Amino acid sequence: MSATNSPRGFLAKTISYKGGIGHWSWILHRLGGLGIAAFLILHILDIFMVGVSKEAFEALLFIYHAAIIRPFIWALLFGVFYHAFNGIRIIIQDFWPHMFKYQKQMATAVWIIVLVLVIPLIGIDIMNLLTHG
Amino acid sequence: MASMTKYARSPRPQGSGFELASWFYMRVSGAILSLMIVFHLMWMHYVIGLNNITFDVIAGRWTDPNVGTLWRTFDLVLLILALVHGINGTRFALEDYIHNRGWRVFAKTLLFVVFFFVIIAGAYVIFTFNG
Repeated sequence: MSATNSPRGFLAKTISYKGGIGHWSWILHRLGGLGIAAFLILHILDIFMVGVSKEAFEALLFIYHAAIIRPFIWALLFGVFYHAFNGIRIIIQDFWPHMFKYQKQMATAVWIIVLVLVIPLIGIDIMNLLTHG
Repeated sequence: MASMTKYARSPRPQGSGFELASWFYMRVSGAILSLMIVFHLMWMHYVIGLNNITFDVIAGRWTDPNVGTLWRTFDLVLLILALVHGINGTRFALEDYIHNRGWRVFAKTLLFVVFFFVIIAGAYVIFTFNG
C-alpha cells in the first residue's frame, strides 16, 4: 500500500506528479466522466417526469431555464465535449499505436476543437437567456 | 487497475474475458456517443434553445407522427450507451480508489442498483409516453 492509496495521498500525488499534458488530460477525463455520470442520473430523472405529469416536469425546468444554473450547464458542456474529443484521441492512440508520437499535438487539437465548439454554444445560451429575460 | 500508469492510459487487457470486452465497449460506445452527444447538445442549444424547452416541446418530439419513433429510438440508444458507459467508467474509478474489498463490493453494488433503476426509468418513459 503506497501513499497513493489514501484519498489525501492520491490528491497530493496527483497535483505534484509531473506527467505532462497526457497526465492532465487523464485527470480531466476522469473528473469529467464522473461528473457527467452524476448529471446523467439527474437528467434521466427529470426527463422521467415528462411521463409523470406536465406539472412535475415543469417544476424541474429551472435546471435548463434559470440563469443561476447556466454556469453549471457550461461546465457540463465543456466536460462533455472534452470527454468526447479526448476519448477520440485515446481511441486513436490505442488502436493505432504509431500515432502515440503525436500525443502532444493531438492533446492540443482536442483543446482547440472543444473551445471552438463550446464557446459559441455558451454565446447562444447567453443570447437565449437575454431574449427570455 | 494502475491509476498512475505513466502516459499509456489504459493498455488493452490481456486475454479474452470480461475486462477485454469492457475495454472494447468503452471505445466503441465512446466513438458512437461522441457523435450522438454532439448532435444532442447542438440540437438542444442551437436548434431549440435551452429557454425554449417546455413540456410541449419534449412531448411533441416523442409523439410526432413522422419522426416520433426516430426520436424515441435516438433517445433510447443514447440512454443505454451512455449509462452503461457511465457505469463502467465509474466502476474503473471505484476499483482504483477503494482498496478495502468489502467497501468496494458495497460501492459497486450500489452503483449497479442505482444505474439499473435509472436505465429502467428512462426506458420506461420512452416506451410508454403517450402525450
